Amino acid sequence: MNRRHPFRWPVFFHLLSVILSLSLIGCSASSGNPQSGEPKATVELLNVSYDPTRELYHEINQRFAAYWKQQTGQIVTIKQSHGGSGKQSRSVIDGLEADVVTLALAYDIDAIAERGYLPKEWQSRLPDNSAPYTSTIVFLVRKGNPKHIQDWDDLIREDVAVITPNPKTSGGARWNYLAAWGYALKANNGDETKAQDYVNRLFKNVPVLDSGARGATTTFVERGIGDVLIAWENEAYLAINELGKEKFDLVNPSISILAEPPVTIVDKNVDKHQTREIATEYLKFLYTKEAQEIAAAHYYRPRSEEVRAALASPFPKIELFTIQEVFGGWDKAQQVHFSDGGIFDQIYQPAKK
Amino acid sequence: MRKRISSRGILPGFGLTMGYALIYLSLLVLIPLSILFLKTSNMSWEQLWMTVTDQRVLVSFRVSFLTAFCAACVNAVFGVLVAWVLERYQFPGKRIIDGIVDLPFALPTAVAGIALASIYSENGWIGQIFASWGIKIAYTPIGIFIALTFIGLPFVVRTVQPVLQDWDRQIEEAARTLGATRLQTFLRVIVPYLLPAIMTGFALAFARALGEYGSVVFISGNMPLQTEIVPLLIMTKLEQFDYLGATAIASVMLIASFLMLLLINFLQWKTNKFDAAR
Repeated sequence: MNRRHPFRWPVFFHLLSVILSLSLIGCSASSGNPQSGEPKATVELLNVSYDPTRELYHEINQRFAAYWKQQTGQIVTIKQSHGGSGKQSRSVIDGLEADVVTLALAYDIDAIAERGYLPKEWQSRLPDNSAPYTSTIVFLVRKGNPKHIQDWDDLIREDVAVITPNPKTSGGARWNYLAAWGYALKANNGDETKAQDYVNRLFKNVPVLDSGARGATTTFVERGIGDVLIAWENEAYLAINELGKEKFDLVNPSISILAEPPVTIVDKNVDKHQTREIATEYLKFLYTKEAQEIAAAHYYRPRSEEVRAALASPFPKIELFTIQEVFGGWDKAQQVHFSDGGIFDQIYQPAKK
Repeated sequence: MRKRISSRGILPGFGLTMGYALIYLSLLVLIPLSILFLKTSNMSWEQLWMTVTDQRVLVSFRVSFLTAFCAACVNAVFGVLVAWVLERYQFPGKRIIDGIVDLPFALPTAVAGIALASIYSENGWIGQIFASWGIKIAYTPIGIFIALTFIGLPFVVRTVQPVLQDWDRQIEEAARTLGATRLQTFLRVIVPYLLPAIMTGFALAFARALGEYGSVVFISGNMPLQTEIVPLLIMTKLEQFDYLGATAIASVMLIASFLMLLLINFLQWKTNKFDAAR
């Protein structure tokens, strides 16, 4: 038995290793860019984004490609990558060569900046804090609103079960948490202890902490658990449209947070790929009327007043506060609330000294 | 015969193949795992200690190890049963059932997680029944236990099955003619023979369950200090860009599961020796 192919296997392995290494060399050669001054006929961009923007960017990318072809004659293909915002940020840090990142929160881009991929003041490079579209946090309730949930105060009632993902694992959930905190702060004239008490009681009403926003939506929608889902406005609209207007209602709280998902180019990568110009143009395109209309169609609040005014069904008016106003920016909010030993940990670990 | 072969080397090109094996193992297993320790070594002992003895981390270790252990125990019993039925009896649809056993191997764990969570949640098909008795399954440690049992089953079945196949039924008949009852035959003749295989299956199922993430996050509820599993805490740390904290917990996990495997291998070796001595 053992003697059937006495000398074949080593040869086979040799061949295998040669093939493998050749293909590796081939891969790296084809991804390297030639150092020519001539503009290339085709160019490729990689947009690393978070989960719910898949359809949005699918549409925007097509429009931008058409626009760019018309402007310069160059064919651009934009590849998309989607996943949890924090996870996407880590992929870029670990070497995913994103030309642009469009993530759910500035903190995730800050983390990339901290490792030298782009300047720390990236957020001032584009208008409106580098966030071309915004959203806010609203409530999704069961049809007819059987528990009469109207505002944040109702979420801490004892008979109400609230579904929201874990802010430690989900970037989106951090907006939810901060929205609740900001509300409580405003309702109690800036009293931090009362705000913490409110958020404490809110999380006592949370029976399941999903690890991501989509998971929380599934828990609420498919498994029928909980009376109210705290969600991004665009996600709430999407859930209602996809799963039936006859099943859910959207409730707008009196006050909420202005969620600003930011975008920026990754300097280190665009310089390497020689795509700085087109990547910048791509992001600027997001502020044009055309792209703003697409954003609105995907239930993101457009920045452009003009587009906003022309909408067939305008976004409801909610008093919105920014993270800068209430928390002094993401860095601080992260430090105080979500890092280990922060306020969120204290909610679940009050006994710890 | 043996001597002649070993002096020539039974594997042709031993040096080469051994070299390949080592490089392959290093690239895929040893180097990535040692990076884990290398990264952790950036921490001071005090930092490391603080990280891994945090109350939340300790509770999650307890949840992970306890549920994984229980799941592996249940699999050790019922996996043998399944292997027994598949090996000893002929019935229609046997091959299909035999195939189904492997499903937890093949299925993406997230799919399993979503399916399990929807069935066992309060409004789910099975969860409903238990909920009427006041027992919550999904979003409690019981839910974690069920998910881990699900993913661990094929390990026991597939390690025990071939051993049962090799089993010489004459030994059984001999035991019977010597006056052993059915139970005695099973407990004193068959089980000791199967024990090493069962323990290997148990160890594999246990190790797999410890690291399981996808199928558990959906059904566990992820409540801090109650139903958080260790892999989730590692994810949590990563989500805060706390690479060091994450690798620290991961290293502890690695050492713990390595010790566990070592212990079980040792026990297995003991039983083998015991068997050989008889």
